[in-house]
Amino acid sequence: MNAVLALEDGSVFRGEGFGARASASGEVCFNTSMTGYQEILTDPSYKAQIVTMTYPLIGNYGVNHQDVESWKPHVAGFVIRELSPVVSNWRADASLAQYLEENGIPGLQGIDTRALTRRLRVRGALNGFISTEAISDAEALERAKSWPGLMGVDYVKEVTHREAFVWDEKDEQSADFKLRQGLEPADAREVREPLPPADIPIVAFDYGMKYNILRRLRQQGFRVRVLPATATAAEALCHRPAGIFLSNGPGDPAALGYAVRAVQDLLQTGIPIFGICLGHQILGQALGGKTFKLKFGHRGANQPVKDLVSGKVEITSQNHGFAVDAASLPNDVEVDRINLNDQTVEGFRHKTKPVFCVQYHPEASPGPHDSTPLFAQFRQLIQSR
Amino acid sequence: MPKRNDIHKVLIIGSGPIVIGQACEFDYSGCQACKALRSMGYKIVLVNSNPATIMTDPAMADATYIEPLTVPVLTEIIEKERPDALLPNLGGQTGLNLSAQLVKAGVLAKYGVRVIGVDPEAIEKGEDRIIFKETMKKLGIEMPRSAPAFSVEEAEKVAAELGYPVVVRPAYTLGGTGGGHVYNVEELRVVASRGLAASMVNQILIEESVLGWEELELEVVRDAKNQLITVCFIENVDAMGVHTGDSYCVAPMLTIDPKLQAKLQEYSYRIVEAIGVIGGTNVQLAHDPKTGRVVVIEINPRTSRSSALASKATGFPIALVSAKLAGGLTLDEIPYWRDGTLEKYTPSGDYVVVKFARWAFEKFKGAEDKLGTQMRAVGEVMSIGKTYKEAFQKAIRSLENGRYGLGFAKDFNKKSLSELMLMLNEPTSERQWIMYEALRKGAAVEDLHRKTFIKVWFIQQMKELVELEERILNYKGRDLPDDLLTQAKRDGFADRYLAMLLGLPESLIREQRKKLGVVEAWDILPVSGVENAGYYYSTYNGPDRVTTSNRKKVMVLGMGPNRIGQGIEFDYCCVHAAFALRDAGYETIMVNCNPETVSTDYDTSDKLYFEPLTVEDVLSIYEKEKPEGVVVQFGGQTPLNVANELAAAGVRILGTSPDTIDLAEDRDRFRIMMEKMNIPMPEAGMASSFEEARVIAAKIGYPVMVRPSFVLGGRGMQVVHDEEMLREYVTAAVDVTPERPILIDRFLDNATEAEADALADGTDAFVPAVMEHIELAGIHSGDSACAIPPVTLAEKHIRTIEEYTLRISRELKVCGVMNIQYAICQDKVYVLEANPRASRTVPLVSKVCNIPMARIATRLMLGERLQDIGLRPQHIPHTGVKEVVLPFNMFPEVDPVLGPEMRSTGEVLGMASTFALAYFKSQEAAGGPLPLKGTVFISVIDKEKPGILDTARRFAELGFGIKATQGTYQLLKENGVPCELSHKISDHQRPNVVDEIKSRQIDLVINTPKGKTSAADDAYIRKAAIKYKVPYVTTTSAARAAVAGIAAARAGRSEVKALQSYHQDIGK
Repeated sequence: MNAVLALEDGSVFRGEGFGARASASGEVCFNTSMTGYQEILTDPSYKAQIVTMTYPLIGNYGVNHQDVESWKPHVAGFVIRELSPVVSNWRADASLAQYLEENGIPGLQGIDTRALTRRLRVRGALNGFISTEAISDAEALERAKSWPGLMGVDYVKEVTHREAFVWDEKDEQSADFKLRQGLEPADAREVREPLPPADIPIVAFDYGMKYNILRRLRQQGFRVRVLPATATAAEALCHRPAGIFLSNGPGDPAALGYAVRAVQDLLQTGIPIFGICLGHQILGQALGGKTFKLKFGHRGANQPVKDLVSGKVEITSQNHGFAVDAASLPNDVEVDRINLNDQTVEGFRHKTKPVFCVQYHPEASPGPHDSTPLFAQFRQLIQSR
Repeated sequence: MPKRNDIHKVLIIGSGPIVIGQACEFDYSGCQACKALRSMGYKIVLVNSNPATIMTDPAMADATYIEPLTVPVLTEIIEKERPDALLPNLGGQTGLNLSAQLVKAGVLAKYGVRVIGVDPEAIEKGEDRIIFKETMKKLGIEMPRSAPAFSVEEAEKVAAELGYPVVVRPAYTLGGTGGGHVYNVEELRVVASRGLAASMVNQILIEESVLGWEELELEVVRDAKNQLITVCFIENVDAMGVHTGDSYCVAPMLTIDPKLQAKLQEYSYRIVEAIGVIGGTNVQLAHDPKTGRVVVIEINPRTSRSSALASKATGFPIALVSAKLAGGLTLDEIPYWRDGTLEKYTPSGDYVVVKFARWAFEKFKGAEDKLGTQMRAVGEVMSIGKTYKEAFQKAIRSLENGRYGLGFAKDFNKKSLSELMLMLNEPTSERQWIMYEALRKGAAVEDLHRKTFIKVWFIQQMKELVELEERILNYKGRDLPDDLLTQAKRDGFADRYLAMLLGLPESLIREQRKKLGVVEAWDILPVSGVENAGYYYSTYNGPDRVTTSNRKKVMVLGMGPNRIGQGIEFDYCCVHAAFALRDAGYETIMVNCNPETVSTDYDTSDKLYFEPLTVEDVLSIYEKEKPEGVVVQFGGQTPLNVANELAAAGVRILGTSPDTIDLAEDRDRFRIMMEKMNIPMPEAGMASSFEEARVIAAKIGYPVMVRPSFVLGGRGMQVVHDEEMLREYVTAAVDVTPERPILIDRFLDNATEAEADALADGTDAFVPAVMEHIELAGIHSGDSACAIPPVTLAEKHIRTIEEYTLRISRELKVCGVMNIQYAICQDKVYVLEANPRASRTVPLVSKVCNIPMARIATRLMLGERLQDIGLRPQHIPHTGVKEVVLPFNMFPEVDPVLGPEMRSTGEVLGMASTFALAYFKSQEAAGGPLPLKGTVFISVIDKEKPGILDTARRFAELGFGIKATQGTYQLLKENGVPCELSHKISDHQRPNVVDEIKSRQIDLVINTPKGKTSAADDAYIRKAAIKYKVPYVTTTSAARAAVAGIAAARAGRSEVKALQSYHQDIGK
C-alpha cells in the first residue's frame, strides 16, 4: 500500500501505507516522545491533526486496552519512520497497524520523520493531507492547500462524549497500573493500586478529555460526573458539584462561545474551578482574556515551565497550538507559570476567586510525573472552603 | 548548593589492573572525576596500581601513587598525604571495596578523612546482599526470593525450599566470579563451594531463578537535594540468565511500554533514595513477561560498565557529574545542553544505541563457550544508528573479529536447521550468528524466541535482514540493482560484507553506491553539562548535520574493543596523541567504537566520531573532514589492519609509512633486511603445508616455535617439540594456505628475553629504555613480568640492544614510535621481531622513565626533529616491575600456565628503589602477594631442576618450610636442602598436595608445567592454587625473583612514593 503526505508548502512525502485505506486532511505536527504513541493517538487534543513521531521505531510494544486516553483514537493520520510488523510486549492486545485500521485512520511509514519535523520546526505547523489511497501528488497537494485549517473550527463538538455520565462508578478503570508482587494470583495485567474513597462530587466539562485526567481525579478521591462540552452552567449546578473541572481538548479556543459563556456563569457561583489546557484557554476567555495561535505549538514530554511563585522549574508534557495572551488578562488574574522556551503563559490563578488553571498536562501520560500535586491542590482548595 | 568548602584534598582510588568485569571504563570515570574535582579547586591524590591508565599520568593529579591497592598501602598513603576526603564510587568495585575496608579498619576516622559521594553506610546497604534485601523489604520492592548461605549444606537446604533451578551468587565479587545457575543438587555443590571460596566474606546467596525474564537497567543520578534523574533506560536483549556484561543491549528501551518504564523509574528512585547515594547508581531489574512481576536484581552505587555505556549512549557524563555532586554541587547548578540545568534532564533523541560484547574464548584452550551468570567478555563495542538494524550491523562490524555482517560465520551456514537449533540450547558467544543462519534456514521467529528468550521484535528485525540478504545473494557476481543497494546500506550492510556476499571487490560496491549518492551522513549527539562538544555518529538514514572547519586537523584512529593483546595501553597512547595534536594547534578528530575508553570522552579531542574502525567508516570521515593526515600507530593492531587499504584509497598516513609497517610484519622481508644489516635472528622458515613444515623444522632442529602469520598477541603460537606435535598443530590450524602460511622459528631455549622501545623521526632515533623479561623466551612478552631498567642483563648486551634498536629504526625510517623484541641466548643477542607502532610498553616506559613517549612520537610525526626535542639518556635510580593479571579464575576449566599465546587481561606496576622490592610490590599489586614466611611447595620438571636448586636453598635460608613432590624432593634432599615430601594425586596417597593447599598448609606454589601440552598432568595443582587463592609461579625465573623479593621485603618494606617524586629523582 503506497501512501502520501502532502504539505501546504508544496512538499510531498511518499512511503508505505499502513492502518486504514483512507484519506484525511489536518494540521501536521510532531511529537518527540520516545514512547507513548498509544496515548498520543487517543488524546482528543490531537483531533484533526496528522501526527509524526521523531523517534524512528514505533509500534514495537503494540497497543493495549488499558493505556487509551479516550474512547477512540482521534488523530487524522499517523506518520512514522519504521513500523514494527510484530508486537513484543506482555500487555499488548493488538498491533499498531490493526488498531489504526479498525479505527479508520491512515498511516504512513518509511519517511525521514526527522526531516519532516525540521521543516515543521522552521515553518511552524503546516496544513497537510495524508492518504493511503491511490492519489496523485498534485491532488494531494491540492487537498492540503484547500483544507481551511484549525482556525475558527469547533472540533470539541466532535470529540466530546454525547451524553453525560459518571466516570468509573465501579472503580474498575481508575486505579494506577501496578506490578504484580510475589505469588499473588489473578491476571497480572489487571493488578491495581488501591483507590481512596470517592467522597467529593465534582463536575467535569468534557472538551475532549483524556481518560488519564479522569483517573487522576478519581485517585484524588473525586467522584466525577462528566458533562458534554455544550452543557450549560445550570445543567452543571443541578448536580450540586463541590468543584468544576475544565478539561483539555482540541482546536481553536476562540470558536467555543458556548463553553466560555457556561464558565462565565459558573465563575459567579464561587465554586472552585480547575482548568487544564483547552480548559485553561476557555477560563482565560471567560475572565476577559484573548487567545492566539502559536507559530510553534508546544508538544512533547519535555517542555520547561517555571513556577513564578516558587521559582521551581518543571519539565512538563504539553500538546497545544494556541495560548492565552498574558497582556489581555484583567488585573485580578495573576500569571503564575510561564514557558521557558517562549515565555508564553502556562498557568494563572484568580486573586480573589478559587480559580486556577495550567496550560500543560499535569497528569502527564506519557511523560515525567512531576505535576500530579496539582490534582491534590484542587482537592485542598475545595476542602479548605 | 555550592561546592563544599570543608574539604580541600580528595583521595581517589582507581580500580587496579584490567580484569574481566572491570575494564578501562574506570579509567574513564576516574579521569572525569579528577577533571571535575580539580576544576572545583580541590587537590587530588590518586592511587592505582595500573600503569596503563590515563588517570595515573602525573598531570592528572597532584600526587599519583602507582602502588598496590591494599589497606596497609592506602593507610600509608593517607598518613603521608593527609587527604580530608575520599571519593569511593568512581574506581569500580575495587575502589568501593577498599573504601569500605578502610572505614571498617578505622583508618579514615583516625586520619579525619570524610567519605564523599556515597557514604559508607550506603555502600554497605547497596553491596551487602542481606542488608540490601532488608532495605528492599522495607520499601516493599521485591527481589528474587533467596536466602544466604555460609556453607554448602546450608545452600542445599535453601535450594530445596526454593526449588531448582537456582542461582548461586557470591557476595562482594566482580563480574559474578564463582557464581552460576544450577539445575540439580550435584551442580549446586560444585558451584556453591566455588562461590564460597571466591567471596571475600565467605557468603553466598541462593536465589530463585529468573531465567528468561526481561533484564532492564536504569542509570539514575541523585544529588544532595534528593533531586533524581534517569540518564538512560537500557534494555538487555539477552534475557536474564546471561550476565549483563555479556548481554547485548539497546538504549533506549525498544520493546518496553511507557507504563512499565515509569514503574521501573519509580522503583529505582525509591531504591536510590533509600540507599542515599550522591551521584550515579545503576539499577538492574527483571520483569517477567508472563506474570508481570518485577524484581530488583542488584544495584551498583558507583560508576560502572553500564554507566560508562549510558554516558556514551546519551552524552551525559555520569562520572563527571557524580564527582561534581560529591563536591557539593547540585543538579540545578550544572548546565544542560538544552535550556536550563540538569535536574530537568530527560532522555531524548532519535537514534538507537547497541552494545555488543567481545569475547576471547579462542584464547583459552579448553574453555567452554557458554554464557551464564559469570561474565566472560573481555571488552565491548557500542554503535549508534538511526534504526536498530543500522546500529546492530554497525556493532557487528565494530567487533573486529573478521566478520562484517551476521551471515556465513564459521561453518554455521553448512549446518542443518536442527543442528543450529540444537546449538541454541544454551547461550554462547556465537548465538546471534547461529540465529541468523537458523532464520535463513526457515526457523520461526516464535521458536527462536522460545529457545533464546530474546524478544520477537529483535528476532523479527534480524529476520528482515536475512530476507534482504537472500535477495542480495540472487545477484552474486553481478551488480546489485540500485534500489536493493540503497536498501542494504540503509539497513546497515557494510560495503565489505556486500562485497563478500556478491563476490565483488569492496571498492566496486563503494563506487556504485557513491554514484547513487548513497553516502554516510553524520548526526550530532548533544553532550549534557558542557557546551560545544563535538560528538557524532554516522547514518545512511538521514542528511548530514555536521559542519567542518577549515582549521588544520589530524585524525587519530582508536583501538576498537578491548580484547586480549589489545588493551587499555593503546587507548592511553591515542589519548596522548590527541592531547599532543591539540597542543600543536591542530583540530583533533578521534574515531573509536569502544564505550569504555577515555579516548571516547567528549573532551579528549575536538571531534569524536563514535564509529567502527573499518575502511568504509574511516574513509567516509576522512573524505568529509579532509584532515592533513591520519595517525594509525597508537591504536594497536586495529588501525594497522586498515592502514594499507586507507593508503591505497589516497589517505595520508602520518609517521611511519604503511610500507614500513608491512616490511616489519612480513617475516621474509624483515629477515632479508636483518641479514643485510648483519643482525642475528633465530633461524626460521615459512610453510603452507605439513610437508613443508616438516622439512623446515628438521633443518632448524626441535624445539621450534610455530605461529600463524599476521596475528596479534601470539594467537595460535606454540612451542613444538617433535614431528608428531607439529603434525597436530598443522592439522588443527584450519586456515593454513599459501596466503596464510605458518611461521616456524628456532626456539631459543633458556634464553632471556628483552625489549626496547624507540622514538624516531625518520632519520634519527632514541631509545628511552631497555626492558628485561622475568620469564624466559617462550612466554609471550605480553604475559611476562618485566623490569625497567634491566636487572641481570650484561652491560654489553644492553648496549647491543640499544645499538640494534637505533640501527633498525633508522634503516626502517621509522617516524614515531617502535618496539623491538630481543632474546639473549648463549651470550648472543637475537632480534625476534619489530613492531613499528606503539606497543603495550609505552605507558610503562613513560611512567617509569618520565618520558611521555606517545606525545613525543606524535610531535615527531608532525615533523619535529629528535635533536630539537633534546632527549638524553638518563640514569633511572629506581626500578619498575610490570606484572600481568591473568583471567584464569574466570576459566576454571583451563590450565593456568603461561605460554607463547598471550592471555593476560591487564597489568600492574610495582616501583621501588631496588628490583627485589619492586618485584615484591608487583606481586602484591597483581593480587598474589608473596608470603613473608610459611611453606613453599616446589614441583618442577627435570629440565628445570638445576635451575630451582639455588632458589630452594634461599627459601630454606629464609626459614621457609619446603614441600616437594617425589622428583624435586629427591633432588633437594641430595643437595642438602631440608624438605618434606608431598603427594601428587597420581600417587594415590592422602593427604595430597591439593589437600594441603585447601587446608592452607602451603603459602606459595612453584610448579613448572610439562613442556608438552598433551601431558599437562600437573594442571590440577595450579588450578587448586587459583581456586584457594594461594600465590603461585610457573617458571623458575619467577621463583628466583620471588625469593629475592621476599628476602628484600623482610629486610624492610618499600615506602610509598608518589610518581611525581620518582620523576624528580631521575637524573639526580
